[in-house]
Amino acid sequence: MATGTHVPDPIRRARLLTALYIAQEQAGYLTPEVIERLAERSNVPEAAVFSTASFYTLFRARPVGRYVLQVCTGLSCYLVGGAERLADYLERKLGIKAGETTPDRLFTLETVQCLASCGTAPAMRVNDELYENLTTEKVDMLMDQLTERAERWAALNRS
Amino acid sequence: MGSFEPVLTRNVGIPNSERIAVYLERGGYTALRKALHMPPDELTALVKDSGLRGRGGAGFPAGLKWGFMPKGPVTKYVCINADEGEPGTFKDRLLIEHDPHSILEGVIIAAYAVGAHRAFVYIRGEFFLGVKRWIKAIDEAYASGFLGKNILGSGFDMDLSVHRGAGAYICGEETALINSLEGKRGDPRMKPPYPAQIGLWNEPTLVHNVETLANVPHIVNRGAAWFKSIGTEKSTGSKLFCISGHVRRPGNYELPLGTPLRTVIEECAGGMRGARPLKAVIPGGASTPMLTPEHLDTPMDFEALVQVGSMLGTGAIIVMEEGTCMVEVTRRLMDFFAHESCGQCTPCRMGTWRLKEVLTRIVRGQGQPGDLDLLEELCAGIVGHTLCPMGDAAVNPVLSSLQHFRQEYEDHIQYQRCKEEN
Repeated sequence: MATGTHVPDPIRRARLLTALYIAQEQAGYLTPEVIERLAERSNVPEAAVFSTASFYTLFRARPVGRYVLQVCTGLSCYLVGGAERLADYLERKLGIKAGETTPDRLFTLETVQCLASCGTAPAMRVNDELYENLTTEKVDMLMDQLTERAERWAALNRS
Repeated sequence: MGSFEPVLTRNVGIPNSERIAVYLERGGYTALRKALHMPPDELTALVKDSGLRGRGGAGFPAGLKWGFMPKGPVTKYVCINADEGEPGTFKDRLLIEHDPHSILEGVIIAAYAVGAHRAFVYIRGEFFLGVKRWIKAIDEAYASGFLGKNILGSGFDMDLSVHRGAGAYICGEETALINSLEGKRGDPRMKPPYPAQIGLWNEPTLVHNVETLANVPHIVNRGAAWFKSIGTEKSTGSKLFCISGHVRRPGNYELPLGTPLRTVIEECAGGMRGARPLKAVIPGGASTPMLTPEHLDTPMDFEALVQVGSMLGTGAIIVMEEGTCMVEVTRRLMDFFAHESCGQCTPCRMGTWRLKEVLTRIVRGQGQPGDLDLLEELCAGIVGHTLCPMGDAAVNPVLSSLQHFRQEYEDHIQYQRCKEEN
């Protein structure tokens, strides 16, 4: 550890989830190198870091698209007829299956159960943002916005 | 419902209710001032007397929990369980996002009562807005002298920080939450020892649900007798009921405990969304046994729901109309439990997966004679054979749907399709 102050091992370990979030933010997923470095810094075996990271669904060991779409397929979203319709709609629209990423690496589609939006079902998360009371029209608008945002970003990077 | 005056949701809907200025304007932090002038034991006695019970699902008396914490100047911790994630439940999110200071005030009072100087908020990883609002709320509380050294000149010190979970339902179980806070896998621990004896970093730890803590300032301000005047004799106070599914107005409704299920569905949520009548209700979140229309007059409290074979759980009511395929509903819930099983105990890890397999083949019209016996056998193999309550929770939808809708299962197997869905 680069800092001079001594941090007791249990405290270092307690920082692991936060560290995993920060590391994932940088590369988009947890690379083997990141796991190695975090193990060193937390003073635990690499296997322990990987085991911990793999326990939590928000940590990813594989690259994902710029936007991760998590469609809720929980009971309440299903009951109001949204869950499957939205997931199917997005599969067709993006030409990928749930769990896959579009070839342009823009979108990853996932299905999840329960986003605590059962009263405002159907719901979906795009990265950290929650969208509720969704319809296919709203999803279309949202996808257009996201695509446009990505294009602007790409243009900015080219200039 | 009549003239019930909201307690927990009194600030919800007020513009900028998450900000400390608004909270103070509406009488916030007066309970803390009062509490800091009381001997800690008196506060514990007050909460005990109020009859407040845990709102996270188990309904354990809060005051007893406080009393279990060892006395004296040993290191102790308090954790706020903000890891709401059971299908159907969205009540804590409302308080987390719209009234974080009411929870904060509750936790500072609780920490003072049990003599803890460090507390942690464990918040569901998906609650990004909640995390942002909590970071802000804690900053505001420090700046106003409600957190930190010598709070309001009382000599009591306390620090609080927010920690994000990362997508694991099981971390709502208190010992799993503690492991996760320690930076480990969220595997539940063996109980006993209970967290009040050996908790976070092996020190005594008090873990409370968000809604439980939000009740505390009101009890301090208005007294145990006032609190007991709401609700029933053994289920005191009000409760957030979050209702979803086939109703006209899904959402959060705060009502006294003991309000009949019918009132919540028909008056608050506006009744069924269409012409189809009610078929089944899950009264307290995915892990509570299903009920049928004959149970509509059951009071929504801890005791009455147990009497009809279910549980109050989190107070998350999921309403289903005629035409809903109960086998598919059960399969979907099992899909959740199979995914969320931490994998530590074989009966839960394998049992939920096998239940999901059998339910899936019945839904697909590939059910086999004997499958219903197999389902029951699998359930019996899980119940009572796991470290934490999740094993018992996972079988509830299966056993209760078999109890109330056995014919529907049999029809699926006999006709190899669902007669309900159209």
